[in-house]
Amino acid sequence: MKEFLFVFRTDYQAIPKDSPEEMQAMTQKWQDWIGGIAAQNKLVETGKRLSFDGKVVRPNGVITDGPYTEIKESMGGYMFIKVESIEEAVELAQGCPILTVGGNVEIREIDVM
Amino acid sequence: MTKQQELIPHLFRTEYRKIVAVLCRHFGFDHIETAEDIAGDTFLAASETWGLNGVPPNPTAWLYHVAKNKAKNYVQRHAIFEHKIMPELRSTAPVSYQAELDLSPQNINDSQLQMMFAICHPALAPEAQIGLALRILCGFGIEEIADAFLTSKETINKRLYRAKEKLRQEKIKIELPDVPEIDDRLEAVLTTIYLLFNEGYYSISHNKTLRKELCLEAMRLCYMLVETKATNKPQVNALLSLMCFQASRFEARQNESGEHILYQDQDTSLWDADLIRRGEYFLNCSASGDKISKYHLEAAIAYWHTQKEDTQEKWENILQYYNQLLQLEYSPIAALNRTYALSKVNSKEEAIIEAEKLKLTDNHFYFTLLGELYTGIDNEKAKLNFQEALSLAKTQTDKQAIQKKIAGL
Repeated sequence: MKEFLFVFRTDYQAIPKDSPEEMQAMTQKWQDWIGGIAAQNKLVETGKRLSFDGKVVRPNGVITDGPYTEIKESMGGYMFIKVESIEEAVELAQGCPILTVGGNVEIREIDVM
Repeated sequence: MTKQQELIPHLFRTEYRKIVAVLCRHFGFDHIETAEDIAGDTFLAASETWGLNGVPPNPTAWLYHVAKNKAKNYVQRHAIFEHKIMPELRSTAPVSYQAELDLSPQNINDSQLQMMFAICHPALAPEAQIGLALRILCGFGIEEIADAFLTSKETINKRLYRAKEKLRQEKIKIELPDVPEIDDRLEAVLTTIYLLFNEGYYSISHNKTLRKELCLEAMRLCYMLVETKATNKPQVNALLSLMCFQASRFEARQNESGEHILYQDQDTSLWDADLIRRGEYFLNCSASGDKISKYHLEAAIAYWHTQKEDTQEKWENILQYYNQLLQLEYSPIAALNRTYALSKVNSKEEAIIEAEKLKLTDNHFYFTLLGELYTGIDNEKAKLNFQEALSLAKTQTDKQAIQKKIAGL
């Protein structure tokens, strides 16, 4: 078994502000997707949700508000899974609801050193 | 005479465990056998004396009085033995010389709680914990424990002997853990209580009365924790709620001949409405704090199962709770149940795709689920899956249930 990190990125500013019902439906889609991975015993842990606010520190005392001022896609969350191969990780990521709102999933293998 | 014959077993069930707990706390685990002997002798004396002279006006007080005297005599004899014969023993096994055995309600309660934490110590194997809990916390006879585990008295005796040795080796103290570690230790206690409950609920022993008593004992122990301020935590209320909901179906889930009746085929008028109400009460009590335990989620699922109507809302909720439960802790049975809920919420077709990803090919419930999902969609595949399940099923009740499914195709 290998461990992989899923990083969820999307342009959070561009997501239409849905009605509470639609947001609830989206939450359920995420839960169903994660539940499906957990049911296969391939979930290591769900990461914490990241808030949209933040700061970026650069050399020479340059501090900017939030990463999304410069890049369109910001990181909204992450999780860890365990599967046999990167192909399997790719297959699981295909079901991620972020793909339905124009986002993407970055997959990185965890180096076991 | 018949009344007395019922009285002693009744008192044995309610008082033996109290006397043993207080004696153990008094003497320490080094003398656990002595505690059991004294408690046992007390009941022996009761059956002899009461048979000759009639039952005393207050039988419980009589038992406590005799237990106190026997404890005092033991300490005196033991003191002589230790002082005169083995003085070196005193330093390694200090005996409490506190004169009077304290059998006040407060001390009985404290002793039982402390014993609960000691017996559910993580150093002991789960099997040993359940054996000791049944013997010492619930006052079950060796024969009853053997019956519950479907094994011999010798096996149980050996198991209990080894468990007691372990208590001594590990120098486990009879005390409540300190506040910082109480949550961790409480988790071990709850695990044991839940195992005890499941032992009764899912046991294949034919002794239905005994199985129900196991469940009730588990609930009683959990209730003691709820009644105590230091242990009245949300997860404890959640577990009690879960057990109330499960136990509410006790009468409905088996027919006269002991055959298992599946949830969807149960006579809902046999569900115990009083236990369901209590389950709801404790579920409300569990809704505090900022942590959600697996007992919260399992209780919430069990709550929805007490709703007789097969609504979309019911299965949607059950699915979401299983999703969360699996994220907290994976178990094959939760994975299978989640997939069943998915078929109810979305479709059998979608659930089949998800089910086949589970690959639990050594589990007969996996093939039973696939058989269930394929039923009405592809009966030939349904039959193949049920047959596979049949070849893996171990108990007669499971086999019967699967055969019924095949016959119904």
